[in-house]
Amino acid sequence: MKTIKMLILILFFSVLAYGTVDLPYRGDPDNLMNRETSITGTPVAGNYYIRKAYEDAGTINMVTVVLADYRGVDTLGEQVVIYSAGLITVLILRRNRRR
Amino acid sequence: MCDFFLGHYSYWLTMFLLCIGLYGVLMKKNLVKKTIGLTILQSSIILFYVSIAAKWDATVPISDPSRPVTDASNYLNPLPHTLMLTAIVVGVATLGVAFALLMAIFNRYQSLDEQEILDMIE
Amino acid sequence: MRTQYDSLIVLLGARFLSPYIMMFGLYVIFHGHHSPGGGFQGGTLLAASVLLVRVAGGRLVARRQIKEFITTPLAAVGVVIYFATGMTALVAGGSFLDYGHLPFPGINPVLLRYYGILSIEIGVGLAVMSILIMIFDNMAKGEDFV
Repeated sequence: MKTIKMLILILFFSVLAYGTVDLPYRGDPDNLMNRETSITGTPVAGNYYIRKAYEDAGTINMVTVVLADYRGVDTLGEQVVIYSAGLITVLILRRNRRR
Repeated sequence: MCDFFLGHYSYWLTMFLLCIGLYGVLMKKNLVKKTIGLTILQSSIILFYVSIAAKWDATVPISDPSRPVTDASNYLNPLPHTLMLTAIVVGVATLGVAFALLMAIFNRYQSLDEQEILDMIE
Repeated sequence: MRTQYDSLIVLLGARFLSPYIMMFGLYVIFHGHHSPGGGFQGGTLLAASVLLVRVAGGRLVARRQIKEFITTPLAAVGVVIYFATGMTALVAGGSFLDYGHLPFPGINPVLLRYYGILSIEIGVGLAVMSILIMIFDNMAKGEDFV
């Protein structure tokens, strides 16, 4: 049983390593991710955030502007996730004391 | 050949870390060790996303007066860093819930071994 | 985690370090605009400064720093601060979470976005700190056997 699991693990690693042959070089500034317009003509998000963060919000830290201004609804969803995780730990560990 | 290796070595290292985490989930019998394996797997995915945001000869995404913002190849891409900030904090909260569940299992079955718990359920 | 640690040096070191870590956590929250930082990082540092005294001192000593029943309402207050700035922008004429339409007179929209981001980071830091303390308190309370 253990040898079958080890073989599956090695097979999985080789499939993943074969799949990364076609990925672009890491750090190339001419990626499909780092361009200015995509291949269908719409603007690409990362480039727009770098160019327009200071004149939209007056802040020099681009990561905070993206987190709180351009993608603010994602941060609100994350607050609800963390709050519900805190409530779950209160409710699970309460039953053992009342017996 | 040397260019190909220098451009792709980070992907292979990240997948090796993923396989270490997967080894911990599959092969270990204790429930706490399986949870630690899941955490290592999550860290490898976060490392993969953060490492593809790099650019040659670029600096951190805090705007500097000596490098103009209009040329976007001076700064890193800030979008994967932002998404991974959310992922890290959600991972910590999920780890807290997992350990609370493990404490409830131990209070009920007095054991943390998966084969003993499966025998006790049937 | 419920009784005090046996050595006296551990408790003295934790009591000495805790206010400085809390001050550094507040610095990281409020300087999120000019240097790496922001809400989540500062909230974790604030929680670490409170948890240090709780681990080293036990429950009877650490109750004097932050009481245990106050963390649950504080987490709800943090989420409500975030939601309230969004609803204020919705009521005052813009869309949800659009800080350019907040109803403060006489400030141009770029500076309004600056202050909107600052209030959001305060709400996030408060919520993250109180939820991490809440998770630790409930796990230390529920560790008795059936």
